[in-house]
Amino acid sequence: MISVKELTKKYARSLAVDHISFEVNKGEIVGFLGPNGAGKTTTMRMLTCFLWPTSGTATVAGFDVIEKPLEVKKRIGYLPESPPLYQEMITEEYLSFVGKLKGLSGAELPKRIEYVCERCAIGDVKNKQLGKLSKGYRQRVGLAQAIIHNPDVLILDEPTAGLDPKQINETRDLVKSLAGDHTIILSTHILSEVEQTCQQVIIINKGKVIATDSVRNLQARARGAESVLVEVGGRNGKLDWAGVQQRLGQIPGVNRVVVKDTGAERTIFEIESAKQFVRGDLARTIVEAGWDLNELRPTAMSLEEIFLQLTGDERSATPVEAETTEK
Amino acid sequence: MRNIWIICRKELGTYFVSPIAYLLLAMFAIIFGFFFWNSLGYFVYLGMQSQMRGQPFPMNLNEQIVRPLLSNVGVIGLFFIPMITMRLFAEEKRSGTIELLTTSPVRDVEVIIGKWLAAVVLYACLLLVTALNFLFLFKYGNPDWKPIAIGYLGLLLQAGSLLAIGTFISTLTKNQIIAGAVTFGVLLLLWVLEWVSGYETATWAKALAYMSVITHFESFAKGVLESKDAIFYATLIFLGLFFTARSVESLRWRS
Repeated sequence: MISVKELTKKYARSLAVDHISFEVNKGEIVGFLGPNGAGKTTTMRMLTCFLWPTSGTATVAGFDVIEKPLEVKKRIGYLPESPPLYQEMITEEYLSFVGKLKGLSGAELPKRIEYVCERCAIGDVKNKQLGKLSKGYRQRVGLAQAIIHNPDVLILDEPTAGLDPKQINETRDLVKSLAGDHTIILSTHILSEVEQTCQQVIIINKGKVIATDSVRNLQARARGAESVLVEVGGRNGKLDWAGVQQRLGQIPGVNRVVVKDTGAERTIFEIESAKQFVRGDLARTIVEAGWDLNELRPTAMSLEEIFLQLTGDERSATPVEAETTEK
Repeated sequence: MRNIWIICRKELGTYFVSPIAYLLLAMFAIIFGFFFWNSLGYFVYLGMQSQMRGQPFPMNLNEQIVRPLLSNVGVIGLFFIPMITMRLFAEEKRSGTIELLTTSPVRDVEVIIGKWLAAVVLYACLLLVTALNFLFLFKYGNPDWKPIAIGYLGLLLQAGSLLAIGTFISTLTKNQIIAGAVTFGVLLLLWVLEWVSGYETATWAKALAYMSVITHFESFAKGVLESKDAIFYATLIFLGLFFTARSVESLRWRS
């Protein structure tokens, strides 16, 4: 549905988007993930024909954004970062204006307005002035204007930014419910959002695509590198930590047992495993051997850490290390 | 065509829903009303004088009231036009709604012409208010209506060109105040360019005076339809809108 090849955007002094390429299939929800200033908005603006690329090509539904912008625009619904609302207009009047602008007319127009009002749950603010709406409603009216002409592709720039948790959930559910009819690209810098709404993730940083994968694969990747932190205590204040280390290392699936901290009565181990569920085996082994299991805590690489690792962020420290530095 | 009309309707809606249009109408009516009352008073005074002297000199409504007043409408317009055009694009850029317009399946030209047309329609409404004053002349005298009609055509053309310039300036900034102030400065300059012809007869002075927007109105004020003056205004409208289009296009290169 969307095909981007070597797309580049140069501003006067900076390279905002640097030869990025990706494909989005019909009906997919794709999350565009990256820190602020990574080039998400610029890429989306090029796809919606708001900006012209410096080089490279992008096609939406088979139409090139440079050669056939009108055809592309007909097939795209776009919600910019701040909803493009005219403060002085009434909701219904605004939707009617946008509908006409997108080529709707006759009996179809009121029907579509009715439909999007119901879909986005904005029926009760139909006769209110847009400038007086709350942030959540403004966002939903923004979504309503994006889908009013039933576009093939929906491009949503940070649809949940600035909303409260309840509104975020509502917006996510709404976006998910739209997935069946539209191909959706949404940008965000919040990982859990991608986990909850998207099937496919494109991670972008400093204008470059650094990973394209399905959410499931990324999560698997995160779990694959699971590590567990175990604090073992000995009876009568004595503990043979070398023995514990050896014993734990024998558990199938455990790759490596590292001694993190050791004292007279307790020792902290970090256990790296290839298998996902070694925690049960660990607990059983420790207890059966007669030691005390003081603490068992997974320090699994979350999607968050993978993201930080991929984007090369300095703060990609594991929670353990972070704690040690605090001490 | 349809898209131009959609944009134009929306802009007119904005003007007439907010107090802008009514405020402008009221101010225009008051100021022009004062001008009209003054010039009528002077006309009556002259008439009485001519009677007292016993030797009546020619009195003509068209020459003595309509013609100077029509030129004055242009001057009032000079102050009002920046207020009409300053928000056209600056406001869209500030509020981000420009993203809606430029990502909708409409051509930039249609958006620009639609907006400009709305400004022209609003200005025509202001002119209509002034025309009400002239109706009194028809009640108590019998002025020739044709020069008045041509004068109004000239006013509309003149305003059209100034509105086009204002529309262009509005695309250059996000700030309405800046757009308004710069527009006023530019229009004032275009207005007074003609002054150089008062003391200088070199070619450059003639060229400069030719650029002035008032020299081309004189024929219309007299009630004469001069094609070269009409073409001057039409060219200015075209240039203004052309530069607007270039400016809007350049937004797609920058952010």
